Amino acid sequence: MNWWHRLLRRQQMEERLEKELRFHLDQMASDLIAEGIDPEEAQRQSRLALGGPEQVKEQCRDARGTRWLEDFWQDFRYALRSLRQRPGFAAIALLTLALGSGATTVMFTVINGVLLKPFPYAEPDRLVHVEEQTDWSTHWGNRWNFTYPNFVDCKRASHVLEMAAWNDNGGTLSQPGDAEYVNRSEVTHDLFSMLGVPLFRGRAFRPEEDAAGASPVAIISHGLWLRRFGGSPAAIGSRIVFDEKPYTVVGITPAGFHFGMDPDVITLLGQNTSPAMRNREAHRGLQVWARLRPDETLAQAQVELALIGRHLADEYPKSNRGRSFVAEPLRPDVGDVRSTLWLLLGAVSLVLLIACANVASLLLARAVSRERELAMRVALGAGRGRLVRQCLTESSVLAICGGALGVLLAAIGIRPFVAFWPGSLPRAEEVQLDWHVLFFALAASLSSGLLFGLAPALRAPARELENILRAGARSIAGNSRRLHGAFVICEIALAVVLLVSAAVLGRTLLRLSSLDPGLNIRNILTSRVALSPATLANPGKTRVRWQEILDRLHSVPGVEAVAMVDTVPMREGSNPIGYSTSAAAPPENQQPLVLANSVTPGYLKVMGIPLLGGRFIEDQDRQGTESVAVIDEVMAHEAFGSEDPLGKHLWIGIGPDPVRVVGVVRHVRQWGLASDDQAKVRAQLYYPFAQVPDPLVRRWSELMSIAVRTSIAPLSAVESLRREVRGSGNDQVLYEVSTMEQFVRDSLARQRFLLLLFGIFAALALVLACIGIYGVMAYLTGQRVPEMGVRMALGAKAGDVIWLVVRQSLGMIFLGVGVGAAGALAAGRVLVRLVDGTQPTELSTFAITIAVLVAAALFASFIPARRASRVDPLISLRQE
Amino acid sequence: MKSDLPQGTLDLLILQVVALGPVHGYAIAQRLQQVSRDVVQVPQGSLYPALHRLENRDLLTADWKETETGREAKFYRLTRKGRAQLEAEAASWRRLTEAVGLILRLSEGGAE
Repeated sequence: MNWWHRLLRRQQMEERLEKELRFHLDQMASDLIAEGIDPEEAQRQSRLALGGPEQVKEQCRDARGTRWLEDFWQDFRYALRSLRQRPGFAAIALLTLALGSGATTVMFTVINGVLLKPFPYAEPDRLVHVEEQTDWSTHWGNRWNFTYPNFVDCKRASHVLEMAAWNDNGGTLSQPGDAEYVNRSEVTHDLFSMLGVPLFRGRAFRPEEDAAGASPVAIISHGLWLRRFGGSPAAIGSRIVFDEKPYTVVGITPAGFHFGMDPDVITLLGQNTSPAMRNREAHRGLQVWARLRPDETLAQAQVELALIGRHLADEYPKSNRGRSFVAEPLRPDVGDVRSTLWLLLGAVSLVLLIACANVASLLLARAVSRERELAMRVALGAGRGRLVRQCLTESSVLAICGGALGVLLAAIGIRPFVAFWPGSLPRAEEVQLDWHVLFFALAASLSSGLLFGLAPALRAPARELENILRAGARSIAGNSRRLHGAFVICEIALAVVLLVSAAVLGRTLLRLSSLDPGLNIRNILTSRVALSPATLANPGKTRVRWQEILDRLHSVPGVEAVAMVDTVPMREGSNPIGYSTSAAAPPENQQPLVLANSVTPGYLKVMGIPLLGGRFIEDQDRQGTESVAVIDEVMAHEAFGSEDPLGKHLWIGIGPDPVRVVGVVRHVRQWGLASDDQAKVRAQLYYPFAQVPDPLVRRWSELMSIAVRTSIAPLSAVESLRREVRGSGNDQVLYEVSTMEQFVRDSLARQRFLLLLFGIFAALALVLACIGIYGVMAYLTGQRVPEMGVRMALGAKAGDVIWLVVRQSLGMIFLGVGVGAAGALAAGRVLVRLVDGTQPTELSTFAITIAVLVAAALFASFIPARRASRVDPLISLRQE
Repeated sequence: MKSDLPQGTLDLLILQVVALGPVHGYAIAQRLQQVSRDVVQVPQGSLYPALHRLENRDLLTADWKETETGREAKFYRLTRKGRAQLEAEAASWRRLTEAVGLILRLSEGGAE
């Protein structure tokens, strides 16, 4: 008989056991009768020989080995029955748990998708990221992207790794359809086979195509295929024009394929003929991923890479001395999302804990009123362990039902939550409910079931049975008062942590929003501009073209001022460079850093940055005239202290000559409102784009943006600006169009998002804690009704009774606040470390939030207190 | 004088009795009593839990059949696994008793 038979055919088994024992007794009795013994005596003797039939049966049941399962099944059905009996209790408990575990599951789903899931490539644990590493380090560390020659040599020499490389860039796609700026990656031909990703249509690159002079071919993204080719199969073999070069489309990536910057166009590295590709010293930003060959390990790869590094250093000492190569497991790069997510999971776990405490006190109240039932069970022979198991089964059933509801809530809520994430959540497409999440939800539910079920379960009576059985449930309530109090204290402490954290974030946001960004953010539009490669090839032509664009934009109605800038404040991307105040400059990696901005004269007017002294860059500052720069007040202080910076010289390594400081302007919060104060490099320097040396003009032009101050709503000018820029050649496009106000908003998006969620969690915690206090106080005062009756009969007034009850809850509230305050201080530290712009918790924050909490908690305990004070002494005394 | 069964030998005795052919619980109790010439006290109360335990461990299997008297009874028989277990346990029991016997004889010799 299998174990499931034992569960399902319990009845039949019991009958058979009975029959077997009966047969034994009858057989023995008839044998004894045959020996001449009186029938009644024979039966007595046979029963004596066998022993108590119930005990024997019980031992037989134990001997089956599935006893625990049978008990569990029994307890499980009992639990369901008793939940059904009290639908109100079940509904409140389930709702509380569903909210707690639903919120936790949502957070874990996001963490699972964004942080924990491996890349969606074949055997992701065999993939590694390879970088160059130098003996020396600069402000940026000692890890570097590959140069192409080093990559080619490494790939050729390595037997352990199957290496592939790519870079990220972008350009103008001018055919088919309107010109559009798209991301492009240049890859080695074997990237797709190395990742183990099959193409959706067409074929992968061939090795012979990965060389200069081969016929130009491209693979396009699934998205571009839908957008530009309408999903037509004719796309394979058709022509696209990217940066004025025609390519034949040979393949389409599968939908949902992600890597690098998610390029729309993928071409071959080997076909790139720029001289930089042959330069072993210039870093072209080559990313190298590799797959460990079968039976090889990461350690072997390290050894081999170090060896290759030594060989190359001997062979090319000029570029490769002190340079080697390192591999580490490939992990998704998700930036500061990591800390945000863990922070939120922490907060949401506190909510779950409060929910657990609530349910625990509900269960406890029930356990106390069931104490006689439990005592009865003990008297009938149930062991203490058996009772504890029964109680735990009940709480687990509750927890798992709550967890299942929570998973349901999470399944509904996860998409809106991801959509709600500020900016774009990296790897959002990976965020799904999968078995990891279900496992987590199950584990969380079970452990919370254990957590809130344990205290009531351990109260299962073991001693003084007759006392319990004799006394009414009411008289023993006093024993549970302390435990109830402990739950209230926990809830209040957790709520304090969440409330104070939310208040800290709120203050932070308020403070940051009121900060002066250093510029006038209204009515500014910024956009990147892609010039055609033909224009970029010639520095002179490029300068002329830029001037044309500025002039044309200036003539657009509603435009007040136009300028060019490479690093727009608060947008991603900055250009920190080393500077020195004397010609005898220290080595580059010891120089102080400044954020360099190359701009045109109109920049000051467009951005509305106040000029503090001297002049800004003007039209007269061009090639051939003295190199000049304008610095901000922070730079002035850092570089020159209290001296007047005007007329001083700076060596900044752009061009051969030092630059003369001609003006000082107000500091601009380049890193965003929140992060600027903590930024490592804050000093700013502006230099004229017109004085950028010819060899750099091309690279600079690829990075330049335009900034426009408008007299009308900036976004309404976008279309006319776009038209003006595109010009006759259909080869210059605006992309990444945004307003300055948008950048300011975005720079606080993380703080705002955290505040919103913490606010929700804190409100939830406050409500749950108040419900908990109300429940416990209502229960405890309910138990004391006869006592109140006696007190009032002896002359106590309503106010005295209210005070009696409120005093009891005040004790719990203040203890909880004390514990919670300590936790909140710790939480405040974590926030300061993880959220830019947060300052240590101030006393006033504490005072305000705690006052709110105490008021709410007192209100919650006041209701039962008032009810108790209205008790009619006669009626309450009769109850006893 | 009657002796209590040493720990763990009840299973061995049951297996040995059942090895002779399908048999019901009462008959096992009878046979144990008779064969041991009433020397060994087999507590009937622990016979059935032991039978169920052995059945649960797949050493025994059982069918419901009619006895000579026409009543249905549960007849136990050895499984292949049970037979192997019986042989292993019987061998180890023999080794043990031999060793214990040797030691007893040795000390008797020493006393003479």
